[in-house]
Amino acid sequence: MKEAELVIIGGGPAGLCAAVSAAKSGARVCIVERNKALGGQLVKQTHMFFGSEKQYASTRGIDITGILLGELDKYKENIEILTETTVVGMYEDGAITVLHREDNYYKIKPKAVVVATGAFEKALAFPNNDLPGIYGAGAVQTLMNVHGVKPGNRVLMVGAGNIGLIVSYQLLQAGVEVAAILDAAPKIGGYLVHASKIRRMGVPILTSHTVKEAIGENYLEKAVVCQVDEKFQPVEGTEKEFDVDVMCISVGLTPLNELLAMRGCQMKYVPQLSGFVPLRNENYETTIENIFAAGDTTGVEEASSAMVEGYLAGLCAAAKIGCRPDNFGERKNDYVKQLNDLRSGPVGRHILAGIEQIVI
Amino acid sequence: MFEKTGIPSREMVTDKFPSTDRINKGPVAVVECYREIPCNPCQTACRFNAINVGEDINNIPVLNADKCTGCAVCLSKCPGLAIMVVDGSKSETSVRIKIPYEFLPLPEEGDVVKGLDREGKYIADVKVLNVSNPGSFDRTPVVTIEADRKYLYVLRNIKVEA
Repeated sequence: MKEAELVIIGGGPAGLCAAVSAAKSGARVCIVERNKALGGQLVKQTHMFFGSEKQYASTRGIDITGILLGELDKYKENIEILTETTVVGMYEDGAITVLHREDNYYKIKPKAVVVATGAFEKALAFPNNDLPGIYGAGAVQTLMNVHGVKPGNRVLMVGAGNIGLIVSYQLLQAGVEVAAILDAAPKIGGYLVHASKIRRMGVPILTSHTVKEAIGENYLEKAVVCQVDEKFQPVEGTEKEFDVDVMCISVGLTPLNELLAMRGCQMKYVPQLSGFVPLRNENYETTIENIFAAGDTTGVEEASSAMVEGYLAGLCAAAKIGCRPDNFGERKNDYVKQLNDLRSGPVGRHILAGIEQIVI
Repeated sequence: MFEKTGIPSREMVTDKFPSTDRINKGPVAVVECYREIPCNPCQTACRFNAINVGEDINNIPVLNADKCTGCAVCLSKCPGLAIMVVDGSKSETSVRIKIPYEFLPLPEEGDVVKGLDREGKYIADVKVLNVSNPGSFDRTPVVTIEADRKYLYVLRNIKVEA
């Protein structure tokens, strides 16, 4: 059994910020990350971030990882990083079990935990949706932006949320043709500045459209799409075909938090937060003492808010186990204000309506 | 319609343009940010305090055309690539337009490239006067094109043939 003070599960934007924040308060932090490198989804975000200066606005996601790792390095005597290590269980006695690579299975007994496991992509059901060439948007980004591999030559993007719009733009940058962007909703879900950016490259955005079926022998050759009515039912006779070798599914994310559920944290289904999320207090502590959560695992939002939630949860988790800095109140107020600023617009109000249902 | 297509209407576009008098005096930014999102790097980037978002970072940025020098620093800082610079001071028949352009190949000075509108439709051939890509622009190059004045409110993009 390995002893630890504060374990942070997940080394993405929320987890890294939680680690920086807790270590800055003087806590000894152990980050457990299942991938080979830290950064989570940041490592494939080649676009500039929104928000304000404090959330690294205007900086590219790929460069934010480096900034956060630089911050971590300032407290390196307080930080342990376990990569290629997956947390597989959290138990009532406070122990968590981890698997390093394929065969090294052991327990860690921390005083507190911040769960920052992020979210996973939703799938879309249609005939032949398992044909090679049909990817989730995250996979397309990994291929292109991490490994430098073109996913194909002509893409149909399914989903006009921020991820669908951003990945379409990145595909164009990689020299891949984007035939169209579809969305079943009657309006574009992502930021309209992103939509305009794609549109002026000549890519049509088809709202109120969905995928009817995929066609292909051994791999995707054609996508059949159709219009949907206001009840999202297909409208007969509106079928269109696209000759594409890639379909990129970007129909939203849902919080990844089985560990919290397993541990017995009270969970609630909140549509505005995109799925089951833990009930929590204003310090991001769940209904189980000393188990904190931050980032998309507490509700799907932008990476900017995930980072600030990480800072806040890291600060509060460290304080809970005895590392309460003199300027605790000042730091907490700053993070709370940043979150309020990020959430005070039309998109944020929707998120706030979800958060109201889970804060205890 | 904008919410369905991503294409702003002619009125939405012209509303964002400074006056013709101002455009004829020299370079000035056009901030095409139409909807509230939590974002304010344009304000932070401007050394001349010409762009104001205000206390609530969700506000739509407001340009003070008298303070704006058309320096184009904000073009590379706007995460939505929603800003361009227009300059009608150099000629009565043409305008110079600076746009952010994050694609390869980059055009070169003197090239003639295809000018596109906000739908990505071909409008006219345009001449590339300058390509600016300093480190401070962080991989968002700014391309200056010269076009017939009648396309002032129409041109918004270019296509560079490989």
